[in-house]
Amino acid sequence: MLISGGRFALTRFANNIIHQNVEDENHVVSVRTVFSGRTARAATNKFDDESLRRVVESSEALARVQHPDPDLLPMPDAQEAESNADPANSRVQSPSRYFAETTSITPQLRAEGVKKIVNAAKKHQLTTAGIFSSSESVEGIFNSRGLSKWHTQTLAEVSITMLAPDSSGWQKANSPNIANLDPSALAEIAATKAIDSANSKEIPAGKYTVILEPAAVLDIVGFMFWDYSGMAILDQRSFLTGRIGSKLFGENITIWDDVTHPLQTGCPFDGEGMRRQTLPLVENGVVRRVVYARATAERMKRSEQKDKVGPIAPTGHGFPLPNEMGEMPVNIVFATPQNPRTLAQMIASTERGVLVTRLWYIREVDPYEKIVTGMTRDGTFLIEDGKLQQGVRNFRFNQSLIHMLSNVEAMSVPVRSSGEESFDMVVPAMKIRDFNFTEVTKF
Amino acid sequence: MKQVANWALNIATMRGATYADARIVNQRSRALTTKNGKVGSASDSESTGMSVRVIADGAWGFAASEGLSRSGVEITAARAVEIARASAQVKQQDVRLAPEKPVTAEWTTPHVIDPFSISVEQNIALLLSIDSELRSVAGITLAETNLNFNREEQWFLSSEGSDIHQTKYSAGAGYTAYAFAGNEIQKRSYPNSYGGQWQNKGYELIDELKLVQNARRIAEEAVALHHADQCPEGTFDIILDSSQLGLQIHESIGHPIELDRVLGMEANFAGTSFLTLDKLRKLRYGSELVNVVADARQEHGPGLGTFAFDDEGVPAQCTPIITNGLFTGYLSSRETAHTIGENRSGGTLRAEGWNRLPMIRMTNISLLPGEKPLTLEQLIASTDHGILMQTNRSWSIDDKRYNFQFGCEIGWEIKNGKRVRMIKNPSYSGITTDFWNSLDAICSRDEWTLWGTPNCGKGQPQQVMGTGHGAAPSRFRNIKVGSAYKGS
Repeated sequence: MLISGGRFALTRFANNIIHQNVEDENHVVSVRTVFSGRTARAATNKFDDESLRRVVESSEALARVQHPDPDLLPMPDAQEAESNADPANSRVQSPSRYFAETTSITPQLRAEGVKKIVNAAKKHQLTTAGIFSSSESVEGIFNSRGLSKWHTQTLAEVSITMLAPDSSGWQKANSPNIANLDPSALAEIAATKAIDSANSKEIPAGKYTVILEPAAVLDIVGFMFWDYSGMAILDQRSFLTGRIGSKLFGENITIWDDVTHPLQTGCPFDGEGMRRQTLPLVENGVVRRVVYARATAERMKRSEQKDKVGPIAPTGHGFPLPNEMGEMPVNIVFATPQNPRTLAQMIASTERGVLVTRLWYIREVDPYEKIVTGMTRDGTFLIEDGKLQQGVRNFRFNQSLIHMLSNVEAMSVPVRSSGEESFDMVVPAMKIRDFNFTEVTKF
Repeated sequence: MKQVANWALNIATMRGATYADARIVNQRSRALTTKNGKVGSASDSESTGMSVRVIADGAWGFAASEGLSRSGVEITAARAVEIARASAQVKQQDVRLAPEKPVTAEWTTPHVIDPFSISVEQNIALLLSIDSELRSVAGITLAETNLNFNREEQWFLSSEGSDIHQTKYSAGAGYTAYAFAGNEIQKRSYPNSYGGQWQNKGYELIDELKLVQNARRIAEEAVALHHADQCPEGTFDIILDSSQLGLQIHESIGHPIELDRVLGMEANFAGTSFLTLDKLRKLRYGSELVNVVADARQEHGPGLGTFAFDDEGVPAQCTPIITNGLFTGYLSSRETAHTIGENRSGGTLRAEGWNRLPMIRMTNISLLPGEKPLTLEQLIASTDHGILMQTNRSWSIDDKRYNFQFGCEIGWEIKNGKRVRMIKNPSYSGITTDFWNSLDAICSRDEWTLWGTPNCGKGQPQQVMGTGHGAAPSRFRNIKVGSAYKGS
């Protein structure tokens, strides 16, 4: 049985006013039943006796008519759920992600935060749009073999777009602790980007050295992590099929999945209650391994690919059963490079290139070469002779992630970052050569 | 339920709301999938709750809760007013709503077979028979199928006196066959990609789709793509099948005409629009052949954007969006109608569920079919040199909706009026108004399909909505082709 939900509040502003302001509370109980290898799930948001009885009956009725699944494992007990802990790679516990300060944010406090952002916009003769949100959520899992786990978390988020007549700038940040957010500082950075990118000029599409700010990095690399899954390898839909153990990226790329990282958020157990391991996915450019749900690991051990996929064991990354996707890593942390560079240092070292604040509407073009397309947005600048020269019209890119992560010339210290196309990660800014812009739009 | 909603309205009004509406919604859904001969997921879910939307001190507030007890309703309604008062701290003018006559109404999606009355065994048997057909073709490495059914019952009451009870049904089904070989993954989907075809219908939709009958052909095409030539780069005439054209309409017409985007309300997330207010009734959006409507009425068809009333109680309407190529209309709401000089909302405000704020959403945004009889085969026969592209594989467009790029699952080169070879990885790109002005032929009504897009994302917090898009295969001249692989 999974229990999830909580309270969520969001104040939305545009044109220098609050135009939407919402709050909701909802909890869902989701029940999975198993009968001789048959399983199914039903969910409701009603917790009265009759509704709970009905949701169990619905789950049973769905499960009984399934075909037996030979790969279905018994639910894990409490001991098995902790058995995959790896002391070598795991910190003792995830840090607390519940902060009373965040739960006490009222509509009035959010409005005062928005007022600061609007005042910054007015000071620069700009208009602003964005959000200020806060939430308090729970995730729990209980099963008939005695497993019982519970996670609570808070999150506050600020996202700001500043708009000038022909340009815009953007910043976004979130944290379990509201004290870590500074709406005024974010507003000033977004405003500066909008002002500095005004009167943008068109430069031709082509291959450029680009500097992607962290939000741009996470939004584009996020498109590959669905593939770091044992099930994706078994399904032959992963770009890592036949490539695990090979050096796919540059020597300077090391990527972990680490739910315990202090800048990460999220639940320390997976959809079956298994403890999430901390794992190296990529080390010095070599793809080391993928993640596994329990049943996926058992299937992989019996598959023809078992000798070509690195370590095979449940890693605590499974989705709630039943599902067809298996698992994926969701707490991505890029390792700090040997010689981190600040964004300013990257710009100063660039003879000619493009600084990208944010990417948008990214979609996969080629699943095996991992080519993705998308647009730049809200602050794209030409760099010449080590200096930001001016705003440029936004580009469309068609870029292989394999090539991109092989062409990284410099990185910053990774930071917690949030975009709109992928989940939050701990990522650096990156300076990348030969980034493939294929078209220019009209603004 | 009406008593609960009325109680919420009373509380909101007593607390100082000058306008209030309450929506109580019960949603039920069933999702079944198979993968390579096994059931992938089997789940039922149900969700019930209430939201209260108010104007107080001239600003909006919204609160929602699963709790429908008397005390729960009181807390939710009072909270909505408190939130509105906070909103009023950062306002310039009071919100004003276009007038709308209150109505009392009952409406249910016309359907023949309640999809929840069909046994799960029958549904799974259908999916597994499709799966078997797909995997009977050598070279298929992954077969996925899906069936989805939804029922949404809603009570809408407002402080102005509206009392509307609507029950909407929708169904969706589709499948995809993947072929991995060498360094390439190819796929084909039917009847459309990303979940297949969806409409506001009962189970009869599933019977109409001829799912099993097309499975082997689809699988064979997926495998054959490995032997096809790469899509060339250059400028070509292209013909889009109706499903791809449906998505083209969605992205390059449906989103830019949303008045909340135009007014900057989505600037932080979904983006704005190139269709600034000065372009209304002045911009030549497309060629003379282009006629597009936003039509939520039942007579347009069973699209995912079909209803009797929107989520602020405005009746379904048909708005001419593009008329003989001229841009003539936006999607509007009661709050935004006055900005385009209208004294009534276009009736497009919808919410994903009981706990989400209604916002401007596409209804059925459809390109009307050509008036002269024209089949797809006749259109191909009249094309000297071009590429036919079918079934979307990737889609992307900038945040003002100018520059787009679409990839399709399969293409066919046309020479001298005949399909001469299969092409893999076809893609095309362009600028919205240039593209629609290059349209020179639309197939007629017999080739027209009302497609459903079940996954349109917008808003903060993001809401997913179903939209409808009617289209017939059409031809576009001198389009940039193949840039998705340029430089790779």
